[in-house]
Amino acid sequence: MPAKRPNNPARELLFGDLWEYDPAPETAPAHIAPRYDLFINGQFTAPKSKKWFDSISPGNEQKVSEIALANEVDVNAAFAAASAAFPKWSKASGAERGKYLYRIARLLQDRAREFAVAETIDGGKPIRESRDFDVPVAAAHFFYHAGWADKLAYAAPGRTLAPLGVVGQIIPWNFPLLMLAWKIAPALACGNTIVLKPAETTSVTAMKFCSILQDAGLPPGVLNIVTGAGDTGTNIVHHPAAAKIAFTGSTTIGKFIQRTLAGTDKRITLELGGKAANIVFEDAPIDQAVEGIVNGIFFNQGHVCCAGSRLLVQESVADEVLRKLKMRLRHLRVGDPLDKNTDIGAINSRKQLEKIQELVKSGVSEGAEIHQPACKLPKRGFYFAPTLFSNVSLSHRIAREEIFGPVLSILTFRTPEEAIEKAHNTPYGLSAGVWTDKGSRILKMSTELKAGVVWANTYNKFDPASPFGGYKESGFGREGGKQGLLDYAQIV
Amino acid sequence: MARSNPISLRSLISEIGPVDQVGIEERVAKYITRSIKKASKVQALKLAVSMVDLTTLEGKDTPGKVASLCLKALHPHDDPSIPSTAAVCVYPRLVKHAKKLLRGSSVKIASVATAFPSGQAPLATRLSEVRAAVSDGADEIDMVISRGAFLAGELALVQDEIAAVRDACGKTTLKAILETSELETYDNIRAASFLAMRVLRPGDFIKTSTGKTSSNATLGNNQVMLEAIRDFYLETGTEIAMKPAGGIRTAKQAIQFLIAVKETLGDAWLNNAHYRFGASALLNDLVRQLVKEKTGAYQAPYTFSEASGSY
Repeated sequence: MPAKRPNNPARELLFGDLWEYDPAPETAPAHIAPRYDLFINGQFTAPKSKKWFDSISPGNEQKVSEIALANEVDVNAAFAAASAAFPKWSKASGAERGKYLYRIARLLQDRAREFAVAETIDGGKPIRESRDFDVPVAAAHFFYHAGWADKLAYAAPGRTLAPLGVVGQIIPWNFPLLMLAWKIAPALACGNTIVLKPAETTSVTAMKFCSILQDAGLPPGVLNIVTGAGDTGTNIVHHPAAAKIAFTGSTTIGKFIQRTLAGTDKRITLELGGKAANIVFEDAPIDQAVEGIVNGIFFNQGHVCCAGSRLLVQESVADEVLRKLKMRLRHLRVGDPLDKNTDIGAINSRKQLEKIQELVKSGVSEGAEIHQPACKLPKRGFYFAPTLFSNVSLSHRIAREEIFGPVLSILTFRTPEEAIEKAHNTPYGLSAGVWTDKGSRILKMSTELKAGVVWANTYNKFDPASPFGGYKESGFGREGGKQGLLDYAQIV
Repeated sequence: MARSNPISLRSLISEIGPVDQVGIEERVAKYITRSIKKASKVQALKLAVSMVDLTTLEGKDTPGKVASLCLKALHPHDDPSIPSTAAVCVYPRLVKHAKKLLRGSSVKIASVATAFPSGQAPLATRLSEVRAAVSDGADEIDMVISRGAFLAGELALVQDEIAAVRDACGKTTLKAILETSELETYDNIRAASFLAMRVLRPGDFIKTSTGKTSSNATLGNNQVMLEAIRDFYLETGTEIAMKPAGGIRTAKQAIQFLIAVKETLGDAWLNNAHYRFGASALLNDLVRQLVKEKTGAYQAPYTFSEASGSY
């Protein structure tokens, strides 16, 4: 056991303004249209509802664009187009489908900067993340699945894969473009046609993406995008032509969809909430663990379903970890999402900000100890300072409910068994992290933890070849890898 | 020299904690994404100039070469707003020549002693080299640790030798070169940093490399050493300084290293008593970028004394 290092709590480092970084805003144009129609049958089509709603930028609360509100008639038109396109698309050779996926991937790479800026303006995430993560990983998913399109026979040796038909896909607001890629790339590779609905607060990059589809020459009707809020989503879920519903979002809505589809022959995959345990053992490389904890919870303002929102730290190193975490928080830069030096951007919407504020209040009133660095938040826009809670008990709301914000609840444990028990003490099971210098412990923990993905000595790593999905109320079905591919095909 | 009790690498690492390679390299990759513009860039460039240990360590060094190096260190450019460098760094034989030009100035004279770069000479020889450099007027001694002894597990010997050199230095500042590329692993670099820091005095340095091996200062080993310095400071209150050396040739790189300092150790280390760059070509690039910031255009290469050999 490592000796407990004496730490003089009075001694501090000064993270001041002796050398301040000047603002470094990303200035590339985002080319966002003032108004977006629906994308049905390869054409931008005005909604039959004749209604549009405003999309605002969470970074400064300014209007970004107007987004069409699709009603039932519009959703029907989208499904009609997808159904009409299905016979030809599903019978096209795998190489032919792969050709379009490769084109989409390359066109997305060509316009990566523009899409990154649009994603940041519309969703509030820091430009560093949309530039270095969202857009490149989205392109990687298209490349990966383009490769599968003509190799489906190898995904289930001795059997044949057939597409499902028209799939309805509903995606969340935390990674708008990336979730779109996760959903449509495997579906198209397998020969399905699609009706997709982006989240109402973040539709801009999905609609910009339609111009890539046009440039790629994707046959009309193969991918249709309808925008709107919950009612539009309900219309998709209820639509008789949907062979499958794929949903990523909250557990509440996921349960609603599952109830709705019960008794039908529609397939369903759900990727829902999480309350991941990030487990730090006393022999862990502490500084890298601290960095991983920060990456795990503050990546994308904590709007990550697999965020490491519960830190379980072994008692013997708890003080040191908390001290170093607090120190690390003091030089996280919160502010303008378009500034290239921003680490934590804007909360996606006022509604989400209010939810975070409410849960943080409950944490304080239930007796947990709150730690926030002194940081100046912009006056306009939705911002929340990175927040730590220590002395958290398993019964606190902040330890049970998904906050989906930059808020970390810190609990302690004494033995590996206790860590596993506490990690499992949640309705969720999407992801977990293990930090230790001991390889055998990594293997043991990752075998025992009921979580779809377990990261060891790292956090929030994604690869198109690696399946992602949950246990328990975090949903079912996988995205990425061969497993994710098979969720969009039937084996005949 | 009195021998201390043996120190095992295993117990030392268990005490100070291990380093994860993937994690540390991920951390420093974030420094590279920082965008430093306008006034903050100019400030960083000037700060970096003031931190340079302008170095010449060649077999063909002469008193004349050292003289022009000293003049360059005093006046890196005709723009008076550009500061002098922190020091010049030369072989012991040339200290007295540098002293003639630098006496009374702010530019210190550093000298690599202790059978630089291998350190493979008897301790008595190494110590007498240190004493000679000090008596010739060196303000700072850059020593090499015994990597062979470290890798053979003789950690106490390594530490005792550092302590012996420290004593031979008297009031002269000591910089302990770990030669990170020969220690190879981040765990070793962290362990060697603690070994050295525990016998160094406040204001003494730990330094990455000699510049004489294939791989020198990197953001990764710089970060491991900065974090060691931070942990040691929080534990003991002793402020140890840091010097990455070798391989930092461009202003852009230097700014990335400064970002690491700012975000790891904070404002107190952003000065040349706490942080140095061991470099030769770097100075010209810093000056080139400063002139570019001022005039808006890059000047012809011959505006600056390009090759380090022509200082």
